Amino acid sequence: MRFSIVSTSLNSSLSNKVKNIKNIIQHINKAFDHRVRLGIMSILMVNDTAEFTRLKELLGVTDGNLASHIKSLEKEGYIMIIKQFINNKPNTQYAVSKEGKIAFKKHLDALEKLIKS
Amino acid sequence: MTDNKYLNDLSEIKDLMNRSSRFLSLSGMSGILAGVYALIGADIAYLLLKNKTVYIRMQSSGNAELVLKLMLIAITVALLAIITAYILTRKKAIKNKENMWDQTTKSMLVHFMIPLVTGGIFGLILLNHEHYGIMAPITLIFYGLALVNVSKLTLDTVKYLGISEIIVGLFSAIYVGYGLFFWAFGFGILHIVYGGIMYFKEKSTANTQSRQE
Repeated sequence: MRFSIVSTSLNSSLSNKVKNIKNIIQHINKAFDHRVRLGIMSILMVNDTAEFTRLKELLGVTDGNLASHIKSLEKEGYIMIIKQFINNKPNTQYAVSKEGKIAFKKHLDALEKLIKS
Repeated sequence: MTDNKYLNDLSEIKDLMNRSSRFLSLSGMSGILAGVYALIGADIAYLLLKNKTVYIRMQSSGNAELVLKLMLIAITVALLAIITAYILTRKKAIKNKENMWDQTTKSMLVHFMIPLVTGGIFGLILLNHEHYGIMAPITLIFYGLALVNVSKLTLDTVKYLGISEIIVGLFSAIYVGYGLFFWAFGFGILHIVYGGIMYFKEKSTANTQSRQE
């Protein structure tokens, strides 16, 4: 009898904790759950814009790999692509969008909570 | 396991934010050496001025040659300091695998040069008007402002060096006539002190890194 009481109270506290973590995990954004996409967002959060080669340099990835991750972030509406001409040469810059900023901040908060819990 | 993954994520975010927006390979030793050059330069200037009664007030004309000599010393000290900083910082950047010439360093140069060139031109205009007395405050204050302006793109120590230079510059504006003393303190002693702080910070981080490996 006693044992069962202890175990149920233990169970309930455990399930509470699990619920709590599940709650936090909801805020973990799948779009950022990859090293390269996380990196792209981190760089764009602190720089107004960045060029393709700059991102490539900092992240140390191949052209194709980077392009596909940029495309997926763009599809989500988290980053913007700015195409322009500098001295008649095409130049592509990337910047984070308003939605991207908000989503990334939420993601960061969730990561921090997960570590603290 | 997952906890570790998220911890890694966070540290990687922090690392990339820093690396993409700050240039962290500034060499502390180059600051120390710049201070030493400045002290030697100030010493030579002192010897040049020692036998002149115009030490306190150089307002009288006919000092063109002396002013030219003093400017030559200042330019030599600045050039030596820049060359040393370039060589040592390049060495450190290569060691840290940081890019010496990228968006961050380019914008660093712009942020640094705008107050500095403004102060330089302003100083030349004042020289032309023979306002020798406030040359030391002007150079110290504008140099300090340039450092504070560039500090958000590099090590935090640079900001404190900049603020100290501004304070020394303001004090030297109060005590006109002791320009050389304040100059030696601002460009000499402060560089050695803050360069030393940076140097020891470098060493301690290098030690912890090697311990982790």
